[in-house]
Amino acid sequence: MQKLTSKLKGNKLAQIILLVLYVLVTSLSLYLAQASVTAFLLLLFSLLILYYTELPDRLKWLIAGIVLIGVIPFVSSTGPGYQSYMEVATVVGIYVAMALGLNIVVGLAGLLDLGFVAFFAIGAYTYGIFATGQAANFMPFGTFPLSGESFWIFILIGCFVAALFGVLLGIPVLRVKGDYLAIVTLGFGEIIRIVFNNLDKPVNITNGAMGLASVKPPEIFGYQFVYPNQFYYIVLAILFFVILAVRRFEFSKIGRSWKAVRENEIAAQSVGIHLVRTKLLAFAIGASFSGMMGVVFAAKQTFVDPTSFTLLESITILVMVILGGMGSVPGVILGAAVITILNLQVLTEVTNYLNQLSLDGVISFPEALAPAKMQRFIFGAILIIFAIYRPQGLIPAKNPVFDEESLKEGSKKHRKEKITVEPDKGFQA
Amino acid sequence: MLAEILQSLPQVLVDGIALGAIYAVIALGYTMVYGILELINFAHGEIFMTGAFIGVAMLILMTGMGWLAAMPAILALILVLVVTSILTGFMGVGIERMAYRPLRNSPKLITLISAIGVSFLLQDLVRFITEYKRGNYILTGPSMFNEKFSIKFSSISSSFSDAFFKTSTLILIIAVVIMMIGLDFFVNKTKWGMAMRAVAQDRETASLMSINVNKVISLTFFIGSALGGATGVLFAVQYGTIDPYIGFILGLKAFTAAVLGGIGNIRGAMAGGLMLGILEMFAAANLQILTGGIFGAEYKDVFAFAILIIVLIFKPEGLFGKAVTEKV
Repeated sequence: MQKLTSKLKGNKLAQIILLVLYVLVTSLSLYLAQASVTAFLLLLFSLLILYYTELPDRLKWLIAGIVLIGVIPFVSSTGPGYQSYMEVATVVGIYVAMALGLNIVVGLAGLLDLGFVAFFAIGAYTYGIFATGQAANFMPFGTFPLSGESFWIFILIGCFVAALFGVLLGIPVLRVKGDYLAIVTLGFGEIIRIVFNNLDKPVNITNGAMGLASVKPPEIFGYQFVYPNQFYYIVLAILFFVILAVRRFEFSKIGRSWKAVRENEIAAQSVGIHLVRTKLLAFAIGASFSGMMGVVFAAKQTFVDPTSFTLLESITILVMVILGGMGSVPGVILGAAVITILNLQVLTEVTNYLNQLSLDGVISFPEALAPAKMQRFIFGAILIIFAIYRPQGLIPAKNPVFDEESLKEGSKKHRKEKITVEPDKGFQA
Repeated sequence: MLAEILQSLPQVLVDGIALGAIYAVIALGYTMVYGILELINFAHGEIFMTGAFIGVAMLILMTGMGWLAAMPAILALILVLVVTSILTGFMGVGIERMAYRPLRNSPKLITLISAIGVSFLLQDLVRFITEYKRGNYILTGPSMFNEKFSIKFSSISSSFSDAFFKTSTLILIIAVVIMMIGLDFFVNKTKWGMAMRAVAQDRETASLMSINVNKVISLTFFIGSALGGATGVLFAVQYGTIDPYIGFILGLKAFTAAVLGGIGNIRGAMAGGLMLGILEMFAAANLQILTGGIFGAEYKDVFAFAILIIVLIFKPEGLFGKAVTEKV
């Protein structure tokens, strides 16, 4: 095995051939054996392999794009499991965007936010209220529900409203830090949930615990988006922009000041970083991704109620960030994918399998131990194990290191060659 | 409006003190650990919850074996309290050993995440043990101490109505007072208490004065968790029904109480707990009247969190705490 990897190292052509072979084999097996969850997961796994190849970044993005846009939807489209695969892929996309948002707040800026799902809820309710008849109860003008065409504008509106709430949360929170911040954000998340749960009187805005039913599906030129495979492309498009934005932010001046604030607030302040602005930006940008995905979530489920936005959800997103690696974009994407697939596919599959076994009388299996119910246990264990043994996560964050001499010379070409990448020390101390 | 509020005031006070006493003891656990490690022990609410489950399980077991009928109820309760508090005490020590000690020198964020992990783990662990044994994770204990008393507030002034309370409320309050006085005595008057205070002040210097810091931290976790577990039993006896998820919100409110009184300050935690309990009961009873029916009792949790946020913003050192300046 070691021989093989050493041979592969540096040989780009071999890597490409191997990757293409892998994708072909897994897609073919998914194409032929439609019910096979394993084949679907293996096909998704090809993206991780792609990440570890030594191809140039552009080629990597191109291949990833082809696999995501073309190969995965196509090969899973012929069988009965199509919509459920696409559903999983869509949910993975939604969580990846949220985890990337939380990664900015926790991973880069070092502000532990335990109420992150609140922004998701805000996005979902923003669209939900206006895309059902609910808004007619308090809006004096306009006819409701708005048509599905408005969905596209609402992605932006959801983004802005969530960012606004991010800032609103940020303003009071700026005075507290560390553990206190965690508690305050937790309280904020609970407050938002309780308010949405009870805002059916005096004016019925959110329809309380009953939730908003039959939210209008998105529509463009009379074409309605109803099925998961259609939402898949919406999510993919938004996700593309989110990843682009995150990568831009991370290595910009703002990104560096986030990291500085994370390492030492007072030192960061004394080198001229505007603490308030930096922290508020982190909250606002993190929240905005979540808000956008909230809108998509509301449109996809066509039903919004407060039970989707509990503390467990916030912790789930936190687990994604920790598992993948705080501050590391590829890590967080991996973490979000692993946890979502674990929740949606693996745990339910194992539960079904075990139930089948106990129905057949092979083993007796108590209902209480069903893996699908063990989410909290698994999350708890992941949090503890990763905190103790691997706080930097599955794919540790990396920082580019610039060579001072060549920077001084200033030649652009020179600079590009000299950049090396070194592990981010933030969470390893 | 005022007359209505006054009418219900005695009952609000009795219920508020009972709830506040529970908050106060849980808040002690938070405050002790925070004082010594500067760590919010998120799992403390879950230790309380586990205590409640162990207690109820023991009571059910004793009922099944006919012991409960054979001995006086108060003796049974004391027995259950002692056993539960020892068990949860050791549980607290174990949690510290496994999940917090390896992280003592890592960034605070990491320790906090580990604490959240422990809390989630415990919730599900208790859930599936209970569900496995009884088929349902919501547990109702045998009813004890249900005789009702009334205090004749109406004889003082006709604007008050009578307050009713159960015997269990009385037992709860007495037990909590005993626990608090005991703890206060222990921390302020004994050698081990002095060691605890020394470690809280400065861990390194304390270790130079031949104090075994690890032992002191373990002891702190033991005492805090034992108190939390015992309170869990009292809570179960007082309110009857428990489920594995009561610990988190209750713990959060107890933490609010600790912050309110000044975290790290034991007497402050007691005062903060009582204050929060009474305020919350007052809000639950009167929010509807005060806001003309716009907000109801369901907003009482919002009220508690709002207090937390306001205190943290305007007086982060709490009502009875001293402000500390941060070292760089």
